[in-house]
Amino acid sequence: MARIELKDVSHSFEIAEGKEKLEWAVKDMNIAWEDGTANALLGPSGCGKTTMLNIISGLLTPSEGKIYIDGKDVTELSPQERHIAQVFQFPVIYDSMNVYNNLAFPLVNANFPKSKIKAKVEKVAEILGLVDCLDFPSSKLNSAEKQKVSLGRGIVRDDTVGILLDEPLTVIDPKMRGELRRQLKIVQKELNITAIYVTHDQHEALTFAEKVAIVKDGRLVQVGSPHDLYNDSASVFVGYFIGSPGMNILDGKLNESTLNLNGFNIELSKDFRKKIKSKIGEYQLGIRPEAIITSREKTTGTIPFEVAIVENMGSYKILTLIKNNKGDRNLRIKSRIDIHMSVSKGETVYLKFPEEDIKIFKDNHRIY
Amino acid sequence: MKNRAWYFVMPMIILMSIGAFLPLMVVVNYSQHYIFAGSAATFVGLENFVEVLHDPQFRGAVGRQFLFTFMVLVIEISLGIMIALALPKKGFWVTPCLVLLGIPLLIPYNVVGIIWRLFTQSDIGVIPKIFEFFGGYYNVALDSFDAASTILLLDVWHWTPLVVLLVYAGLQSIPDAYYQAAAIDGANSLRTFRFVTLPKLRSVLTLGILLRLMDSFKIYSEPLLLTGGGPGTATTYLSLFVARKAESYELGYASAASLIYFFIVLVMSYIAFQIITRIGKGGKTE
Repeated sequence: MARIELKDVSHSFEIAEGKEKLEWAVKDMNIAWEDGTANALLGPSGCGKTTMLNIISGLLTPSEGKIYIDGKDVTELSPQERHIAQVFQFPVIYDSMNVYNNLAFPLVNANFPKSKIKAKVEKVAEILGLVDCLDFPSSKLNSAEKQKVSLGRGIVRDDTVGILLDEPLTVIDPKMRGELRRQLKIVQKELNITAIYVTHDQHEALTFAEKVAIVKDGRLVQVGSPHDLYNDSASVFVGYFIGSPGMNILDGKLNESTLNLNGFNIELSKDFRKKIKSKIGEYQLGIRPEAIITSREKTTGTIPFEVAIVENMGSYKILTLIKNNKGDRNLRIKSRIDIHMSVSKGETVYLKFPEEDIKIFKDNHRIY
Repeated sequence: MKNRAWYFVMPMIILMSIGAFLPLMVVVNYSQHYIFAGSAATFVGLENFVEVLHDPQFRGAVGRQFLFTFMVLVIEISLGIMIALALPKKGFWVTPCLVLLGIPLLIPYNVVGIIWRLFTQSDIGVIPKIFEFFGGYYNVALDSFDAASTILLLDVWHWTPLVVLLVYAGLQSIPDAYYQAAAIDGANSLRTFRFVTLPKLRSVLTLGILLRLMDSFKIYSEPLLLTGGGPGTATTYLSLFVARKAESYELGYASAASLIYFFIVLVMSYIAFQIITRIGKGGKTE
């Protein structure tokens, strides 16, 4: 178990290909994962998450920067010398072997004595709930069990310092996904192992990790607990990326006490204006769909919107609302309403934006 | 006919029965008779079969055939895998390599026979000259070993590329994650090959082995052109043996021999298929 740290790590695939113009898959990455913690790397597809994982595991040597495990520089070490286990997007099992031999594979490669292998494999099988299928041909397992086997090969070694999970639930049968996710979390806690979970699914990241790092275009955008990322999104990107649907972002102009949002105005209180130390100028307003109060009755301070789409999500509904403004694009906003509230397309609803839930951004960065 | 699909397969069924099934039935009919020159036929029951199975010449041909097929499989499959592994995975050289490898596959069997006849011609051929240069002796017309090994070499030259292409395609389809996992698990290159590459090549190798098995049993035009089955009977494989008998108008005997020959290929293919699909499925603990 160990602390894993990336220092000034950058990587470009073009360097190896000898191209002049460089595109950075990962750029200036500085981050540390503390011993025994559950972490997540969250970002849209193609943001460099997997490249980061491969750099940590040693499958890829970064163009620049260093990787430290417990303060020791491991940049030049091979994957097995780093003792980092990796679980891949789709379950990697050796399908010519049974479950037992799969789990024993890393130990056999390291020439462990047979009796010790047996004890270790049985212990891991117990943790993962695979005891009953040790003699199964591994090709007969379902996808969740296969993924457990590939996790098992990672934790069967004593010297495993950390485990990297690269979108491990993507190809798992949806019915088993939840259970496997919980089990991954339990294994992480029980073994007190440093885990880094890579995903583009915020739900997975936020439920698994205590610390989530959001990556965009190869750069770190924000690091924090799930709570912080949701409530204190540092940028427009994080605000939009976390939450389903993401935060509504509206461009606006502040003059004196009103925020003009290209189609409607919001009056801001004196306290609020003091807090944002606002000057007249351009801002972005952010508000989460679930914070907007949607009503069918018109009251003071509410703003009329037309319902464009109603999505029934089972326990709540998501409305996509539009408002004609004089510009060429309609103002679009999403709000979440109670499942029992009946609203239909084309209807007009009245929105209220509670001031305490309003976030203000300037040039994509949060200022309040 | 309730199922309309039958209408669509009907032309093929008709074609197959004209092209394959009817002739086969004729052969079955012939095999029960003693026929000379197709004029007079006497029913003899299974006598032809008994005679064929007791014929030392037939037994010799079977033995030769098995040895040849065994060598073909061992050499072509292992060489094919080795070459496929050595080929570049991407970049400029992929296309030239694949095209060069594909060339032998494009040459018709009889042309291959003629090309190799020129190679091995004792007065002008390249191969005898090379042997001569090193003070050796090589003559496909006189030396049984030279003839048999030349046919084998020819077949390897002609058909290994097929195995290479199959295996190469199989290799391309193995996701990188498997090799990465094996690297993380600390497997050396031999174990990586044994537990990652080989199991993943199972289906293409099954295809390759079956194709080469059945095809090598049918080898005919190459030895016919190169050695004519000789010297003596050194390169008289099963098909050549049957053809010889048919050419000498021993139609009943030849028919019986072909049916036995057909049966051997069928059984061999079945056994090979069963073995390949069963081994290494994993279930035993090491």
